Amino acid sequence: MTTSAAPQAPILTVDGVPLKTQLHRAERMNRIKSLALIAPLAIFLILVFIVPLVAMLKKSVDNPEVHDTLPKTSAAISHWDGKGLPAEDVYQSLIADLQVAYDNQTMGDLGKRLNTELPGYRSLINKTARALPFDPKPASVKAAMTELDERWGDPTYWQVIRRNASAYTPYYLLASLDHRIDEQGQIVAAEPEQAIYLDVFARTLWMSFVVTILCLVFSYPVAYLLATLPTRKSNLLMICVLLPFWTSVLVRVAAWIVLLQSGGIINSTLIHLGIIDQPLQLVFNRTGVYISMVHILMPFMILPIYSVMKGISPSYLRAAISLGSHPFAAFWQVYFPQTVAGVAAGGLLVFIMSIGYYITPALLGSPNDQMVSYFVAFYTNTTINWGMATALGGLLFGATLILYIVYSWLVGANRLRLG
Amino acid sequence: MSDTSKDILVSFRNVQKSYDGESLIVKNLNLDIQRGEFLTLLGPSGSGKTTSLMMLAGFETPTAGEIRLGERTLNNVPPHKRNIGMVFQNYALFPHLTVAENLAFPLKVRKLSASVVDEKVKKVLGMVQLDKFAHRYPGQMSGGQQQRVALARALVFEPQLVLMDEPLGALDKQLREHMQMEIKHIHERLGVTVVYVTHDQSEALTMSDRVAVFNNGDIQQIDAPRALYEEPTSSFVANFIGENNRMNGVLQSANGNSCQVRLQHGEVIEAKQVNVGEIGQPVSISIRPERILLNNDSESCTNRFSGRVCEFVYLGDHVRIRMEVCGETDFVVKMPIARLDDKLKVGDVVPIGWAMDHARALDPL
Repeated sequence: MTTSAAPQAPILTVDGVPLKTQLHRAERMNRIKSLALIAPLAIFLILVFIVPLVAMLKKSVDNPEVHDTLPKTSAAISHWDGKGLPAEDVYQSLIADLQVAYDNQTMGDLGKRLNTELPGYRSLINKTARALPFDPKPASVKAAMTELDERWGDPTYWQVIRRNASAYTPYYLLASLDHRIDEQGQIVAAEPEQAIYLDVFARTLWMSFVVTILCLVFSYPVAYLLATLPTRKSNLLMICVLLPFWTSVLVRVAAWIVLLQSGGIINSTLIHLGIIDQPLQLVFNRTGVYISMVHILMPFMILPIYSVMKGISPSYLRAAISLGSHPFAAFWQVYFPQTVAGVAAGGLLVFIMSIGYYITPALLGSPNDQMVSYFVAFYTNTTINWGMATALGGLLFGATLILYIVYSWLVGANRLRLG
Repeated sequence: MSDTSKDILVSFRNVQKSYDGESLIVKNLNLDIQRGEFLTLLGPSGSGKTTSLMMLAGFETPTAGEIRLGERTLNNVPPHKRNIGMVFQNYALFPHLTVAENLAFPLKVRKLSASVVDEKVKKVLGMVQLDKFAHRYPGQMSGGQQQRVALARALVFEPQLVLMDEPLGALDKQLREHMQMEIKHIHERLGVTVVYVTHDQSEALTMSDRVAVFNNGDIQQIDAPRALYEEPTSSFVANFIGENNRMNGVLQSANGNSCQVRLQHGEVIEAKQVNVGEIGQPVSISIRPERILLNNDSESCTNRFSGRVCEFVYLGDHVRIRMEVCGETDFVVKMPIARLDDKLKVGDVVPIGWAMDHARALDPL
């Protein structure tokens, strides 16, 4: 009592060392030990997770082709205001750069990059590079190039270079959001026939939402059974829940195709029982994707809810009933609110996992059921367009982070319990 | 308390309960609970006392027999319509509701108006002296405070019957003793009927008007605390409640109130005949340690022997003296500190005796 009121004189140990210093010294060894214990994990995570993640995200704004292959042109064109045609020195820089690029055989990437902006650009620079060097040296390179191909007299082609002269570009991120930078440097909406990604993002979020809700509806009773059945029965049920968990996702998806197809067990049983005349279209559409995703993701919903329910004593329900509450009302007013932490955690887990789902929609869905991951895979594997792949991935990552923040604000992050 | 059956609030009639169809948890329960009384069901775990309480609350159904509350039979009344308050062992306060919301729960279920709810909650909070805690959550309170809230919640809707299932089991000794008195006083003030389950005999003796001792699904004895302690009718009750010196022998002769029991080594004890069989059959004699007199005090006793002091255990207010008497080495004498002879030491052989009334001849164990 008196020490807190008195002016703060440092408390000394018996040896006369201030207590705080001594405590710090005594704890230091423990701290070093614990740091050493987690160091391997931290290094592993940094090397295989954080560094690649940052590098990949950087690729979504990376724009090395023009900047690296045409360094002189990039420097010269920055003085041009974008109106009319650039000055003579820009033309001179370009032929110098193109000659170097032709000799170094780096024309390929440049042509591909420029062609994505303006079709026909690849053939233009290839044709130009082949014609170099001009012999004899012309008085005006500008005139010579325009004579070689009249497109060099069109400002549009120069604006493409100017736009991409920087090492970084918002091009891929904007394209992933169905926007582009037009010739005047303004951000505008993409052509309607090219605008697909916003729909894909909306579809991804909607499908994930539906899957999460379905998972919750089916998992809650299962978790309740698991938590309330006698140990022996609940262990058996737990094995049933976990069994599919130990099987490869690919195998399970293939099994669903077999079960759900028009000649599959489900359809033939329903027809045999006379419930339907025509086979139901259960697979290669949204239904198939939902069935399979819910099946695959249910354990991730069941387990957090179960672990929370396991800690709720059955006497709460009994108490509510003894106080006069109808059993259903008691369940809703007393039991359910106590499981919210588990429901929230399970919901978040399932939602985030389904946002990134790839194999199941790819194998069980129609083209209209593909989610963002499908396009990431498409750009990574088929067209090798790392810019688009990482931009889509990065935006998905950002959307997930925002959702998590909103969600934890709504539910309260400290109330999430995974076990 | 005894005159008319009108005062009977709850009655169990030939109630049986089995979980597996092979053994009976409650064998054949016949029990009348008077209006306004504090009845304790006391017994070791597995004796059927909690099962009986749960059948009364409605969380277990009787396999056979009938339970009546007042005029109506309860067998087909679901638990939420029985209007019986209940206090659980782990309090079962709803953790997501504040104390006031917990207390308002049974009132809101009964669709009382907000002002009535507020008033009743305030009143009951005052009764358990927790006025300042209305807006705390149960998790922010100590065990004793939570216990009081649980008690208040079981009383706030003014049920005619309150059941308590070992409500003080989780509290430490001092708080438990304090709460025992508090519950007893609330019971006296409100006049509500309480059925209380415990395995702690001192708790049962402290609080109850009557105690029903359960063993193996049967009531062994049902009596007021004093009668239960002083006049047990079976060896089980004598052993379960309080300390007890037991001596096994054979019934030699019986005449009226008293009987003679011959011990293993030939000593004969004059005992009160309570629960014995035929002559020649085994008998168990029960003597309370505080009824045994030493040295000259024992001169007037009907039963006089000599005992050798084996051990002293000092317990502050009294001393327990372990002695060897009639071949029994575990014979315990309880001696108030004020009456202890200071010269007594281990190894001494002293006269020892007890009155015939305090040696009760009971069924053999």
